Amino acid sequence: MSGFSSSSVAGRDIVALEGVTKRFPGIVANDSVDLSIRPGEVHVLLGENGAGKSTLIGMLSGLQQPDEGRILVDGKPTPITSPRHALALGIGTVFQHMMLVPTLTVAENLLLGGPWWQRPRTEELAARVAEITGMLGITVKLQAKVSELSLGEQQQVEILRAMLRNSRLLILDESTSMLTPKGIDELGALMRRLVEQGLAIVFITHKLKEAAAFGDRISVLKLGRKVGEIPPERFRTLGEQEIVSEIVELMFGKQKDDPEAVERPVRTARAGTAPLLQVADLAVAPTDNAPGLSSISFDIRPGEILGIAGIDGNGQKQLAEALAGQRTAAGGSIRLDGAAIETLSVGERRRRGLRYLTDDRLGEGTVGTFPVSINFFLKQVGAAPFWRNGVEKRAEIDKRAAQLVREYDVRTPSLKTPVARLSGGNIQKVLLARELAEGAQVVIFNKPTYGLDLANTLASRQRIRDTAARGLAVLLISTDLEELLGLCDRIAVIADGALVGTVENVDDARTKVGRLMIGLAA
Amino acid sequence: MTGLFSEVFLSALLFGAVTAAIPLLLAGLGEQISEKAGVLNIGIEGMMLAGAYLGFVGAFYSGSLWLGFLTGAVGGAAVALVMALLCVRIGLNQIVIGIALTLGLEGLTALLHHFQFSRSYPRLPAAEATVIPLLSDIPVIGPAFFKHHLIVYLAVALVFGMSYLYRRTQLGLNLQAAGDKPAALDVAGIDVVRTRTIAVLTTGALAGLGGAYLANVGAGLFIPFITNGAGFLGIVLAMLARGRPIWVLFGALLFGVCLSLTTAMQVAGINIPTDIIQMLPFLAVMIMLVLFGRRASLPAALGIPYERGAR
Repeated sequence: MSGFSSSSVAGRDIVALEGVTKRFPGIVANDSVDLSIRPGEVHVLLGENGAGKSTLIGMLSGLQQPDEGRILVDGKPTPITSPRHALALGIGTVFQHMMLVPTLTVAENLLLGGPWWQRPRTEELAARVAEITGMLGITVKLQAKVSELSLGEQQQVEILRAMLRNSRLLILDESTSMLTPKGIDELGALMRRLVEQGLAIVFITHKLKEAAAFGDRISVLKLGRKVGEIPPERFRTLGEQEIVSEIVELMFGKQKDDPEAVERPVRTARAGTAPLLQVADLAVAPTDNAPGLSSISFDIRPGEILGIAGIDGNGQKQLAEALAGQRTAAGGSIRLDGAAIETLSVGERRRRGLRYLTDDRLGEGTVGTFPVSINFFLKQVGAAPFWRNGVEKRAEIDKRAAQLVREYDVRTPSLKTPVARLSGGNIQKVLLARELAEGAQVVIFNKPTYGLDLANTLASRQRIRDTAARGLAVLLISTDLEELLGLCDRIAVIADGALVGTVENVDDARTKVGRLMIGLAA
Repeated sequence: MTGLFSEVFLSALLFGAVTAAIPLLLAGLGEQISEKAGVLNIGIEGMMLAGAYLGFVGAFYSGSLWLGFLTGAVGGAAVALVMALLCVRIGLNQIVIGIALTLGLEGLTALLHHFQFSRSYPRLPAAEATVIPLLSDIPVIGPAFFKHHLIVYLAVALVFGMSYLYRRTQLGLNLQAAGDKPAALDVAGIDVVRTRTIAVLTTGALAGLGGAYLANVGAGLFIPFITNGAGFLGIVLAMLARGRPIWVLFGALLFGVCLSLTTAMQVAGINIPTDIIQMLPFLAVMIMLVLFGRRASLPAALGIPYERGAR
């Protein structure tokens, strides 16, 4: 990678990270990251969910401390110990989730943080606000309650707040994720004006277009590591298209020696067979905290794996739940082996062969305090031969459970062990055993390897392959692009509750899906 | 039944209502500041009891009512310190710790009182009233409202002091932010734990003062479990007042009237079982909750310990 030149003249950096590593239980959120932040530059941090962007911001804003490495402010090693300290150093942060008190007015929010013995200096504030807003060309309603403002307006208030505190470095964390396209353009123009005033800006995003349009320097993070940087000199010489393709390469490019890399056996899709699952125009109404779905349509033939790719939270869970019957659909049809099932209950859909492996393994997948044996049959409670006349038949349950434990290699001390005591991988095996058991025709996997270690991840993936090989139709929802590329026959990309495109998983699928995921046409 | 609505009876009823209302007012104002800052302070009943006991002991041995108020407030704050350490700093469950504190203080104060006074219940001399000139001459209202101990007027003045604090000061803003969006306060550079600790200690001091008033002025003596749910009524008042001190005052007066009515009706010899009369204040609580409970708006982060960086 030639774009690596980190020829940072130490004196010019406002803030620099050197080999910063941050670990959380079970994961390395940042793995020796170097970063140099300079005045007059919009430094874009680009990466997918879980790439470690937010942790990096947490350390710059004093919310978290690095485990290894150091942070230099004005060339001097400076541990940033608290948010207050970060502010004092001139580092202002606009967090992804708004950090304004909704019940207070804009003015009161801006006054938060003053010495407690003082009366809030409202007049002084008004004068300074007028000065700054005039300079930046924005308007802010000081007396309005924050809860009455749009998200874009709230963001301007937060930027204004950082300016009021004389910030030299402004960090914008996923600031465009909740804005309208017009709001995004306005933010871009505002950032440009701010860097022209000599400010340094760190702009975090997962959208490539924004990075190319607003940035001066781009650093790409992947799984906690910085995998590349495009410095301003290079940035200026490249056209937008070249920047985009270079970033796609950095973000989605395959690394060598990847243990998860498996050659996908080329399956001849049975083109002649009739689809096992047909979904047409499926729609779900949005709720307060979840996006809806609109006109989702796809077919899956027997033996086929259809992948659903996309940034987390774009309607994946809603799609899975609508198909399983756990969420009411507002319209559309679902056909299983030709028969309409969209009006059927969860239980009836299951009996017809539609199985759903939830990503919420302990929450809705199993009852943690119940023994392993009962968890195998949670969805058949009351049914023969395991229950007769409402009475549990221990012997039958244990016999079949022991069989499943062997077959699916569930590592459990005994059949009576509460399932919550097992590791994530073994809980997943219990779920797999339950859902793939007799009668399955169509299986929906929602993030099947999320949070599993490598061995269990590989085992789960093999299980999914075997499922398809048995002639079942598989819908695989995942945020892990490698996983989809390694398993699927076709990959559809979901964004804002709609499928924005479907790609055959051949040669250049990686680039095409990558482009669809970040909002470009394939 | 004669004399039930006579001038004397009415003014005695109202006088009793004010006396009964002051501990509730102080408890309610105290609870309000904790809740504003995001701490559900169930231990307030225990803080009141500590205040009642220490306030009584202070006044009994020193002979000064004011010193008694001081020891009461300190006692309440001491219990609040435990609450602040466990619930604010360490982040333990506020409800469990609150209940534990209340039950613990019920036992502890009863035990200490037993050691000290065995089964006797010594009395303090009647509190000296500060008579407001002119106003106290108004019939009915005068003797009812303007012939109280000085601390009563101070408690009412505190209502306006608290209003000023919440509306006009930096500390008021910080308190509200700590309850509604602590993370926003934290990134504004203010220590959430410290802000909440200040609030909880203030609650303890006010509840302790309320307890001391209850024992020293209201009853003139200490008996175990003397607060009899006054702290819990304070919680109800704070929840119904929607963050406004003036509504705590109105609510406290309403409950005060109910409490006073129970005494008055017993004195007047109305032919209703005392058990039913004593239910009155709690019936009023339930009626108020049914009528206004749905409109109670509580801070978004109430009862949730703050941990920096937690998501």
